[in-house]
Amino acid sequence: MLRYALKRLISLMISLAVASVVIFAVIEVAPGDPASFMLGVNAQEDTLAALRAELGLDGSKVQRYFNWVGGMLVGDFGTSYTYRTPVSQMIADRLWVSLPLALYALTLSTVIAFPVGIYAAARRGKPGDLTVMGATQLGIAVPNFWFAMMLVLIFAINLRWFNAGGFAGWDNGFWTGIHSLTLPAIALALPQAAILARVMRSSLLDILGEDFMRTARAKGLSRRQALWRHGVRNALIPVLTIIGLQFSFLLAGSIIIEQVFYLPGLGRLVFQAISARDLIVVESVVMLLVFAVITVNFLVDLAYAAVDPRLRSRT
Amino acid sequence: MSRNLILGACLSSLVLLAALVSFVWTPYDYAALNIPEKLQPPNAEHLFGTDHFGRDMFSMIMVGARTSIAVALVAVGIGMALGVPLGLAAAARKGSWLDEVIMRGNDLVFAFPSLVIAILITAVFGAGAINAIIAIGIFNIPVFARITRGAALSLWEREFILAARVSGKGAARISVEHILPNVANLLIVQGTIQFSLGILAEAGLSYVGLGAQPPTPSWGRMLADAQTMVSFAPHLALIPGLAIIITVLGLNLLGDGLRDWLDPRIRVARA
Repeated sequence: MLRYALKRLISLMISLAVASVVIFAVIEVAPGDPASFMLGVNAQEDTLAALRAELGLDGSKVQRYFNWVGGMLVGDFGTSYTYRTPVSQMIADRLWVSLPLALYALTLSTVIAFPVGIYAAARRGKPGDLTVMGATQLGIAVPNFWFAMMLVLIFAINLRWFNAGGFAGWDNGFWTGIHSLTLPAIALALPQAAILARVMRSSLLDILGEDFMRTARAKGLSRRQALWRHGVRNALIPVLTIIGLQFSFLLAGSIIIEQVFYLPGLGRLVFQAISARDLIVVESVVMLLVFAVITVNFLVDLAYAAVDPRLRSRT
Repeated sequence: MSRNLILGACLSSLVLLAALVSFVWTPYDYAALNIPEKLQPPNAEHLFGTDHFGRDMFSMIMVGARTSIAVALVAVGIGMALGVPLGLAAAARKGSWLDEVIMRGNDLVFAFPSLVIAILITAVFGAGAINAIIAIGIFNIPVFARITRGAALSLWEREFILAARVSGKGAARISVEHILPNVANLLIVQGTIQFSLGILAEAGLSYVGLGAQPPTPSWGRMLADAQTMVSFAPHLALIPGLAIIITVLGLNLLGDGLRDWLDPRIRVARA
């Protein structure tokens, strides 16, 4: 297990390193000099040079790459070109919206998908199953940001149960914060729940066909007992992988959903940064997202190997 | 043929037809402003109503179908054109450094969701339909590379491939003449699924302003425009949303149906 974990860790490091080079190289192609952009066309040459030095833009490309990566390793993401504040501080503030939103949506999607998937598998081919399959087929086809707009129309504008947008902040209490993230989380979660319920169903159906399920019935367990004690537990392994992968979808998806609800999360930060040509912010947020995806996949691989020892021999 | 296949084919053709017809005919000029008739709900003159500039929604939806299909189709094309040869090469040289490089490269691209690629590209080159195509296309490459490699690997173990090798054909020729025709069905099914994901991705990108730019109509941007008016003109948000759902649902059903129809041997669990 340790050997496997170490091997995966090395591959994780390489992925992160290559990803950082790619991101840096793409941003580097961007036309225009941030210093002259900030100071305007009439800036003096020596002021420009001073600002470039202050922003760390005066070294060679290789030097700047290592400054950037080295800084990130110790939590220094550089200084925003437009706000002149540390990027790490800006990201940390926004992360307190985006991360809880993604986790909230992940929880919702799991809580909805599990019972629905189990229900459908237990009633395979019957009207209940067909209804679930039809509904999930539809759920997959619904764009989450459109669904979000419909939620706003129904629950915020007509019923007035929620605010149509904005974030109350965590300072006014945990439940106030959760309340303002509820509609966005539902919008993010439902399409994912549709996918997850289908995975849960098909995984459970595979298990139900196994010999040990017949044995369980033969030794006198009822259908229900066999389903819960042996079926669901074994079906969870592939489902957990999908849940892990969904986290990265949810984090990326929250970028779009934040636009619907005017939430001050990473998504708004990155779009503001794009229009202000604040490339250091774009660069850092993108790196952070990629880091999250790669790390979550790594953790899922490890969890998977811990549960199923056969996988350790494969790379 | 299953009901899925028929329903999926019907819905998909409907959207495709709307897109094709829009080249020669739309009920109104999709870009023509007509302020006196703005924000009409659906009625006999304007089947889908009009937007805040009095533009005919039906015409905009038809032309928007063109944008969605073009972006998603070219993106699938990019994914196939680059992904399939990579997958074939990796399978032909299984276990070699080439296989390793291709598969690790795949993992790396997988870490960049298409939205993130689009953000990067837009930050550097500005927004536009071309950049949306590139972003979704790049995201498609590892999907096709992986599925091609997986299917090709099991084919390489088969006897008819051995026969081809004995007859003196090289790996490249075997890949093209024997492996490719045998994975074609799989690629068509996956292509349909990626096409539907591409429609969703395009809508998302143009909603946040990273896709097609005005005046080109796109469903995602119509939704973005509708957002502030949803309380008094809900049809502006409902109709483009339904257009997206019908298209994606149609393609997904088509993909599922094709999978069952093309490969009856496999009992499909329908994940």
